[in-house]
Amino acid sequence: MWKWLHPYAKTERAYQLCVTLQPWLWAGAGIALFVGTLWGLAFAPQDYQQGDSFRIIYIHVPSAILSMGTYVAMAVAALVGMVWQWRTAYMSMIAMAPVGAVMTFIALFTGAAWGKPMWGAWWVWDARLTSELILLFLYFGVIALYGAFEDKQQAGKAAGVMALVGVVNIPIIHYSVEWWNTLHQGATISKFDNPSIAPEMLWPLLINLLGFAFFIGAVTTVRLRNEIVLREMHRPWVQALATQQAKGAQ
Amino acid sequence: MQFESLADFFAMGGYAFYVWISFFVTFGSMSIIAIQSYVRQKTLLSTTLKEQERRERIKRAQQSV
Repeated sequence: MWKWLHPYAKTERAYQLCVTLQPWLWAGAGIALFVGTLWGLAFAPQDYQQGDSFRIIYIHVPSAILSMGTYVAMAVAALVGMVWQWRTAYMSMIAMAPVGAVMTFIALFTGAAWGKPMWGAWWVWDARLTSELILLFLYFGVIALYGAFEDKQQAGKAAGVMALVGVVNIPIIHYSVEWWNTLHQGATISKFDNPSIAPEMLWPLLINLLGFAFFIGAVTTVRLRNEIVLREMHRPWVQALATQQAKGAQ
Repeated sequence: MQFESLADFFAMGGYAFYVWISFFVTFGSMSIIAIQSYVRQKTLLSTTLKEQERRERIKRAQQSV
């Protein structure tokens, strides 16, 4: 059943897949982010309580959702690496980590800039904010642990275990607004049967969510290519590729 | 369009500072990670070439002995 997937365990095939996907991911990210951001900033109606400050939602919510989504994807890659001993799986894991960390940082920063006018504080030690901060540290931990090993297969295993253990934080972030009394408001769009947001506000949000997802995919393909080149530097196909690119640049 | 004028748009109903700093930092950090990835791609390819030349030099030196 999974046979079609196996060729991509080879680095060369994975590299080619990245090359093929990359332009589509960049195009999708560019279009969706442009449309979603412009729509959200200029055309979506004002919030009746928060005025125009609510427009931060169009970057805050997508980055927050995808900071968790990227973490789960990273953990899945770690699991695949451990179960099937795929080197490319660990490489994808480490390719995703920095962009996931950037998403977490964006979620925290925009949250602070939204919290100041609405709550009167840049930061409060409440459950949602603290667990999201821990997510940022988990990303840092995975990156640092991977960098600490000379043998990158060992590094992948160690960082992979850390990524898998850290998954426990994801439901904590998600349910933190229900389990504890927090300043942070509850879920808005994940209640699909009855979303508590008007459709003319929801559409740009969904478009930007898609845009952020494409962006993460695009950066991941670039970084996965880098990781493959770094690890397979002595393989003939990588050397041929480098020679070809050097000629193209001249 | 929800705003009367361009100045209105930039004022963001009095929340200009918070809204614009959020969007600026967001797209700023996204650009940084994207650019860093591409810069690294470039350096890695030149490292590959250098490494290749080095190995060929070593090979030649060993043969000439």
